[in-house]
Amino acid sequence: MLQQIRPAIATIVLMTILTGLAYPLAMTGLAQVLFPHQANGSLIVRDGKTLGSELIGQHFTAAKYFHGRPSATTDTDPNDATKTVPAPYNAANSGGSNLGPTSQALVDRVKADAAALAEENPGHAVPVDLVTASASGLDPDISPAAALFQIPRVAKARELAEDRVRQLVAAQTTPRIAGIVGEPHVNVLQLNLALDALGAR
Amino acid sequence: MTINGWLQIALYCALLILLTKPFGYYMTRVFEGVPTPLTPVLRPIERGLYRLSGVDETREQHWVAYAVAMLAFTFAGFVTLYGLQRLQAALPFNPRNFDPVSPDLSFNTSVSFVTNTNWQSYVPETTMSYLVQMAGLTVHNFMSAATGIALAIALIRGFARRSADTIGNFWVDLTRCTLYILLPVSIVGTLVFVWLGVPQNLNAYTEVTTQEGAKQLIAQGPVASQELIKMFGTNGGGFFNANSAHPFENPSALTNLLQILLIFSIGAGLTNVFGRMVGNQRQGWAIFAVMGLLFLAGTATTYWAEAAGNPAFAALHVDPTGGNMEGKEVRFGIANSALFTTITTDASCGAVNNMHDSLMPLGGMVPMINIMLGEIVYGGVGSGLYGMLLFVIVAMFVAGLMVGRTPEYLGKKLEAKEVKMAMLGILILPLSMLGFTALAVVVPAGTDAMANAGPHGFSEALYAYVSATGNNGSAFAGLSANVPFWNGTLGLAMFIGRFLMIVPMLAIAGSLVRKKIVPISAGTFPTDGGLFVGLVVGVILITGGLTFLPSLALGPVVEHLAMQAGTLFNTSN
Repeated sequence: MLQQIRPAIATIVLMTILTGLAYPLAMTGLAQVLFPHQANGSLIVRDGKTLGSELIGQHFTAAKYFHGRPSATTDTDPNDATKTVPAPYNAANSGGSNLGPTSQALVDRVKADAAALAEENPGHAVPVDLVTASASGLDPDISPAAALFQIPRVAKARELAEDRVRQLVAAQTTPRIAGIVGEPHVNVLQLNLALDALGAR
Repeated sequence: MTINGWLQIALYCALLILLTKPFGYYMTRVFEGVPTPLTPVLRPIERGLYRLSGVDETREQHWVAYAVAMLAFTFAGFVTLYGLQRLQAALPFNPRNFDPVSPDLSFNTSVSFVTNTNWQSYVPETTMSYLVQMAGLTVHNFMSAATGIALAIALIRGFARRSADTIGNFWVDLTRCTLYILLPVSIVGTLVFVWLGVPQNLNAYTEVTTQEGAKQLIAQGPVASQELIKMFGTNGGGFFNANSAHPFENPSALTNLLQILLIFSIGAGLTNVFGRMVGNQRQGWAIFAVMGLLFLAGTATTYWAEAAGNPAFAALHVDPTGGNMEGKEVRFGIANSALFTTITTDASCGAVNNMHDSLMPLGGMVPMINIMLGEIVYGGVGSGLYGMLLFVIVAMFVAGLMVGRTPEYLGKKLEAKEVKMAMLGILILPLSMLGFTALAVVVPAGTDAMANAGPHGFSEALYAYVSATGNNGSAFAGLSANVPFWNGTLGLAMFIGRFLMIVPMLAIAGSLVRKKIVPISAGTFPTDGGLFVGLVVGVILITGGLTFLPSLALGPVVEHLAMQAGTLFNTSN
């Protein structure tokens, strides 16, 4: 039985070198050469400034911007390192709310958010993705219905015709792949960048 | 539920079926030592590895030696991984200057990754250096997967060989699996993933100024290379806390489709390897069919429960047609989330693209049942097939009792030793799952960690031990498990679930391999037809039902009824 000790130690060392160093480092090198944009996080850079990542959602609160989904991410409390404080869209600490379907806290949160949204666009049911926290807390997308729902507010804040904003939403909507795979969605950051570009013109 | 949703599920099934045969063909060649197109490139590396580690590739092992080799290797891996975490502050590739990982968390993580569980009590992006992620965690994504596959091949040899003494050489099976199967797919797949948007760098975290002028710190790292093997080896340990829900780990519906195909590919392919090695591919397809039926039942249930949405929202002006989107991502929607949840728990993967803690009660019950039954639906790489074969042995025993004959399977007589060992392997899982849960819900150290009160809190604890024992690693993640009580007991559960099942399984392989093959006669129960499939499904569901229904009644079933009655529970902490 003792003769298994040498292969055990040698194999773990060799495999660590092969699969733990050679493989990821070679992949990093190749990826940086072949697909540098994606390999570095699909960052959006304008005039030398990094505005964000195409894939990572940002926290929007202003009326003139489309808003993303609720985010349950947190950060360390600056006053007490043992506690956490809410920090929506914290891209260095991803996660969901982990509230179960019968949680009072969940229903209270949805109730408050839905009431605020219903006020802004009366008579329309609130799309569910606008009041539910995403799994990652970094969801960059909303459903087309959630974008359409926000058009009256955004158009009013920007003094634009609703139709103009609607065209923009349609242009920024990504359909299902080949008409089958995935769900149609709108990238909120891209949509808001397009909105700002519209105003600048 | 929508037609498009079902179409996506059907597309997935079609792709999986198409993949099974060619992949089974290739894997069979690898384990039988027949040259493959990759042999000219990989053979010199393979020979070099044997020379450096002192392995004689021509010498096969008795089942006891095979088991000892596997345990020695796993222990060596455990020690190195523990050491890496404790020393990460002094080692390179640590751009965030993380402190050493605490002893109880290092223990938990080490057991977790060497047992193919990948339970994570920690938030990776705030805990682990890039070096630990690569040279520690990625390595065990490969090694624990290769170990599982090697064990399944050893058991298949037990059925396929006659009057033999040995079941293969662990070192050879491990090395060939890593070099010829896991690495080539990982290399190609990593590049595809990067192309589709998964980062692969060693950069410091990126600080950006958001459009509204706030600061956002974006975690980076060598994500793609770990992501690929995390799915392909059914490991499931995320590079980030949100796992495959994180837009960097799983940026689009296309990467999502690739990920769920990767999870099942080896498990499905192994059913074909099994058929080929025992000389009749229909035997493999019969096993595939058992798995397929259980898979479809689970998917349909989860999809139905999640698409129905949360009735508590109905009175709050919320559009009821959207389904339960709490803890889900828009790009995946309900259908792909339900599909992923079922697949990741059918297999022992445990990656998540949505938060299981926020699933509807019955939607969350399906993953729990999947793991309780032993993750035998395509299953963890290797462990799915050997777990399923334990149930087949019990099913054939039941069939034998019905007609009063000695049961046999594939020409091998199943006698007292095989049936006892199979029952031991099957019974050890509920003992750990239910025993530890019972402990956790009565001691304060256990109940303090639950994020939800009432039946959902119970479900969190039950899910944790079910997931750990089943070597799954997914979680009802509200549980604050990074404390010594949970790290310790969950570590034990992972250990029990892996090794106390493997050793009886290898004993069966060692016993079967010595037997002669009994020729097929008129009294032989055909094991490649519908009756066999029905019998095995029945045995699995009855065994699982008898064992687990009471615990499910206390958790998800009660919660479902409470939800229907409009009862809500306050958060406990």
